[in-house]
Amino acid sequence: MSETRGSSGGLMGWVDERFPATKMWNEHIGQYYAPKNFNFWYYFGSLALVVLVIQILSGIWLTMNYQPSADRAFESVEYIMRDVDWGWLIRYIHTTGASAFFVVVYLHMARALLYGSYQKPRELLWVFGVLIYLALMAEAFFGYMLPWGQMSFWGAQVIISLFGAIPVIGDQLALWIRGDYVISEITLNRFFALHVIGLPLVIIGLVVAHILALHEVGSNNPDGVEIKKNKDANGNPKDGIPFHPYYTVKDTFGLIVFLIFFSIVLFYMPEFFGLFIEAPNFEPANPQVTPDHIAPVWYFTPHYAMLRAIPDSFGGVVVMGAAVMILFFLPWLDRGRVRSIRYRGLSFKIALMLFFLSFVVLGYLGLQPATGLYTMLARIFTAIYFGFFVFIWVYTYFGLERTKPVPERVTMP
Amino acid sequence: MKKYLMILMLALLPALTAGAAPVSGKMSADVDPHDKESLQRGAQAFANYCMACHQAELMRYSRVAQDLGLSSEDVEEFLIFTPGTQVVDVMRNAMDSEDSLDWFGAPAPDLTMTARRHGPDWVYTFLNGFYKDENQQFGVNNLVISGVSMPHVLQELQGLPEAIREDVDGQQRIVGLELNEAGMMSPAEYRRFTRDITNFMDYIAEPVKAERQRLGVYVIGFLLILLVLTYLLKKEFWRDVH
Repeated sequence: MSETRGSSGGLMGWVDERFPATKMWNEHIGQYYAPKNFNFWYYFGSLALVVLVIQILSGIWLTMNYQPSADRAFESVEYIMRDVDWGWLIRYIHTTGASAFFVVVYLHMARALLYGSYQKPRELLWVFGVLIYLALMAEAFFGYMLPWGQMSFWGAQVIISLFGAIPVIGDQLALWIRGDYVISEITLNRFFALHVIGLPLVIIGLVVAHILALHEVGSNNPDGVEIKKNKDANGNPKDGIPFHPYYTVKDTFGLIVFLIFFSIVLFYMPEFFGLFIEAPNFEPANPQVTPDHIAPVWYFTPHYAMLRAIPDSFGGVVVMGAAVMILFFLPWLDRGRVRSIRYRGLSFKIALMLFFLSFVVLGYLGLQPATGLYTMLARIFTAIYFGFFVFIWVYTYFGLERTKPVPERVTMP
Repeated sequence: MKKYLMILMLALLPALTAGAAPVSGKMSADVDPHDKESLQRGAQAFANYCMACHQAELMRYSRVAQDLGLSSEDVEEFLIFTPGTQVVDVMRNAMDSEDSLDWFGAPAPDLTMTARRHGPDWVYTFLNGFYKDENQQFGVNNLVISGVSMPHVLQELQGLPEAIREDVDGQQRIVGLELNEAGMMSPAEYRRFTRDITNFMDYIAEPVKAERQRLGVYVIGFLLILLVLTYLLKKEFWRDVH
């Protein structure tokens, strides 16, 4: 398969003269050289891709039986659970997959922070990644409304009303999003359209861009060493190995580990302690009755905690939006020359751990009622969350970081 | 007459003054979707006592028959009391919803998803939580839903417990229930009876539960074998990477 285009003859030769099949295979898989020292953290990129495929396939089959109307939506989901052959399995795959997507993506993003994978020359790779994250949040939000349970309805009610907090245009904007004065079948229908085709197209396009950008600049690694600096006689990185077969077999092993955890949740705890499927959503949407406690699904709770931590509602919306938007600027805020946490200064290590901690604590607080102590904690950890970005700029811009020497070549685990 | 003392959720009851929020503490029903005999008894009790007013509109009799090992004749004889209903139909109640509105002020809620919405223990506690309260429309109140607009349908079986009230922090609170005169069932029989109903309600809320738990073992077993194979494959391919 490694011959130049068209010279191999046969069927592949015929195809290659007309379509760059072999060329693309080699560029992205067969002769894509990845660093040989990938560790645990490097499974989550390929897993995210697998989960995307799982969601698209299970989603297609759900769409075959789901009815996006206010009268029938809740009932049709239960119909899928009861009367459609294997409908329950497809639905649980989709609900478990939604949460798994965020687990995998959060770990994937944490990896980028640990090893400085957003630093030059990978800024665009990181920006595409944050765009995927943003699109994924929208996709999850739209999808959550479709079962038309109490939390679907009231969760959407709360989130859409946030847009109403924007000065001047807020009310008109919220009305435009809902397509109605209240959340109604109109809203359900447009969310359905966006969930099943609008955002999936956006996400797939962004994922392609993300992978193209990755393969253009090459993968970073746990040492943060640029493997392209050391090439052998053939022009291949000395510390690199072809993605196939090395990482295809390694990622297959990772995939099986992932599927085992996935199956434990799917078959034995599909509600996952009320986090993956929330109990109030087993009650059909009722615009007349507000649930006692409205909480978003777990993957939005850090942002929800920040929203509630700010006393002013518009201020809360700004802070919540900024929590995601600030990620775009990370490559330019961090001016450090050293990528991997292994060789960075002690203060950076402490700051990054505090940042991770703040995200987890805010996630917990977002599930709890916003009362005295909790609100105070949410404010403190919101400050820590944003403090990380301030710190990293000051720390690197003014050259305060004392780094360790970075090795010439990668180190094997 | 022997006094039966049922102390329910001793420590948790302080939350249960009249008009207070629903309980957070519950009795454990310990539901088991694989216990078919309990489910069959529960189905019969549910059809006899609950379905006069309530329905389970998302559940079909035929599915109950299939999962619980009942024949269509069994279902017609023991479970279907609503006129004009066939085995393939969903579990509709016998009461007209307009009558329900007149008699109780609201249609009796559908019970298909109740055990999943609130948890089976909530249902079990509710069925064991009725007590005498002359201030209420039907002369009974409930520990789980304070001011419940429903009579104690199982009173002839259980008898009617009375609340034990004590002063806690200067407020009258219910600290337990006391049954002075048992009904047709002993307290132990009644608990088993209500557990069967709870078990059945947990089943109709998620009919596939037993099946998914059964299947999961095979799926995970298969994956574990694949895990070993893929691990060996990875090891073999990576032998020359140093």
